[in-house]
Amino acid sequence: MSKPELSQSNRAALDLDVNNLYLKRSTKIRARILHMMHKANASHIGSCFSIVDILTVLYSGVIQITPDTLHIPTRDRFILSKGHAAAAVYATLCETGFFDKSWLDRYCDNAAPLGGHITANIPGVEVSTGSLGHGLPIGCGMAIAGQSKRQQQYYVFVLMSDGECDEGSVWEAALFAPYHHLENLVLIIDYNKIQSFDRVKNVLDLEPFADKWRSFGWAVQEINGHNFEEIKKAFSSIPFQKGKPSCIIAHTIKGKGVSFMENKVEWHYKSPTKEQLEMALKELADVS
Amino acid sequence: MRTKFISTLTELAERDDRIFLLVGDLGYSVVEIFQKKFPDRFFNVGVAEQNMMGVAAGLALSGKIVFTYSFANFTTFRCLEQIRNDICYHNLNVKIIGIGSGFTYGPSGMSHHGTEDLAIMSVLPNMTIISPCDPVEMDLAIKACVKWDGPCYIRVRKAGEPTLHKNSPDFRIGKGIIVQDGEDITLIATGWILNNVIKAARLLEAHNIQSRIISMHTIKPLDEALILDSAQKTRGVMTIEDQNIAGLGSAVGRVLISSRKCAVPFTAIGLTDQYSYDVGSEEYHLIKSKLTPESICTAAINTLNTQ
Repeated sequence: MSKPELSQSNRAALDLDVNNLYLKRSTKIRARILHMMHKANASHIGSCFSIVDILTVLYSGVIQITPDTLHIPTRDRFILSKGHAAAAVYATLCETGFFDKSWLDRYCDNAAPLGGHITANIPGVEVSTGSLGHGLPIGCGMAIAGQSKRQQQYYVFVLMSDGECDEGSVWEAALFAPYHHLENLVLIIDYNKIQSFDRVKNVLDLEPFADKWRSFGWAVQEINGHNFEEIKKAFSSIPFQKGKPSCIIAHTIKGKGVSFMENKVEWHYKSPTKEQLEMALKELADVS
Repeated sequence: MRTKFISTLTELAERDDRIFLLVGDLGYSVVEIFQKKFPDRFFNVGVAEQNMMGVAAGLALSGKIVFTYSFANFTTFRCLEQIRNDICYHNLNVKIIGIGSGFTYGPSGMSHHGTEDLAIMSVLPNMTIISPCDPVEMDLAIKACVKWDGPCYIRVRKAGEPTLHKNSPDFRIGKGIIVQDGEDITLIATGWILNNVIKAARLLEAHNIQSRIISMHTIKPLDEALILDSAQKTRGVMTIEDQNIAGLGSAVGRVLISSRKCAVPFTAIGLTDQYSYDVGSEEYHLIKSKLTPESICTAAINTLNTQ
């Protein structure tokens, strides 16, 4: 019986290593986002921080796309439907080697490559978004193309916000994907429970949220969107159910990673001052 | 024209497996031929125009040539942002077919009138806009659209339109077709209303007025050279359309005004800044909107008399 135990402890050590790697990466990404937002005096840092851990795992070997496979037809696709969190994806893509860090330094500058909402002319970005409720229908189209000749060629990952689910177009696509058995479609919902104006439950409550998606025909998993183990486990089990699109409802914290930004409506808009930047960077340094 | 659309598209899809057809729960007894032949490339997305345009964009981003089919009103107004952000901004190969243009569904009421669709589509960068006048142009337009890189809006009436082109014309996107030449007045029309314009030209002959008739099947990019040539060779220019004059009329007017050499009298006939609150057939609405051959004839005479 010693063998399995050894194997288990090996595995635990390995997982610890991987988790440390995730933590290092996500901390670096958050630090970069802080610098970008401070310098550009830009909004949506809270919306960025809630998805950093998901992006970190997704771009650490889950999604099959690299700077060398950008134009291969069978590459996996990623769509950031909550386009206002562009900085999080840009920092992640930069960390994964899609473009040089100097681009991040010029975030939102005049004539710079990277702006406030995600755009498709950036290496690693498939679709420009910004207006909510557009990503899921586009993801459905890509998923159909990825299933042609009844053979699954790639996965399409769509990352959407909770407030975005107020848009009717989301539910048009929510009906469409299960009906057409788009099992190569993976929807991740960043359920940070705060939208632009107020908390989701005070604006237009989405609950029972998971039940809504299940009743539409999706295979749903609810996870803690800041627990690397849970994120990894969810990604490693897609498709959750044969013939169904997968929906990951990630329970997250808006502004996650910086104590004074966490779970606050105002950090949908505010950008960190010099003092706040330093305080936040110090917090991140203490964690990693 | 819709029958011609589907037969041409089905024929093209035999040879090109990139061609997809999405319909918004419309096209009963029209699109089934495509559906039967290419079930994997046909989707009835349901009554969901926004999703239809998003799915079309996703397919086009994956290398497909996607036709969408719905009524002109639904397929432009309901999903304008998807057309703007998803399709036009990414300059995708999505070809939007808008059926029931103008007052085709007259008695159905304002919700079903395709009377501002072309004007709204024409302000979208990257969008090409085609409005064929008869089944001959319809066939050529669909073939041209498949080869054309980028989004197209194709505005179509419905069924039973007469064939106006006796021979197959030289159809090129962005080049108007001179259906008949004459030295007195230029009548520029887009879409099936050209039929009434040809009849108006017959009436004008009785007044000794010879018309140059142009089928301006492409509104964007607009054949500016042909407009300026006509302004120089005739004594007046008129545009005729069964929709808001912000479509063809404004575009032609802009070309004329921008050219200092072409100071000719100009009249734009079509709908102006108002909805129709009346119940009535297409014919009723055309009479009310002064788009009958007789009204067009009178307007042409008035245009020449303003000199």
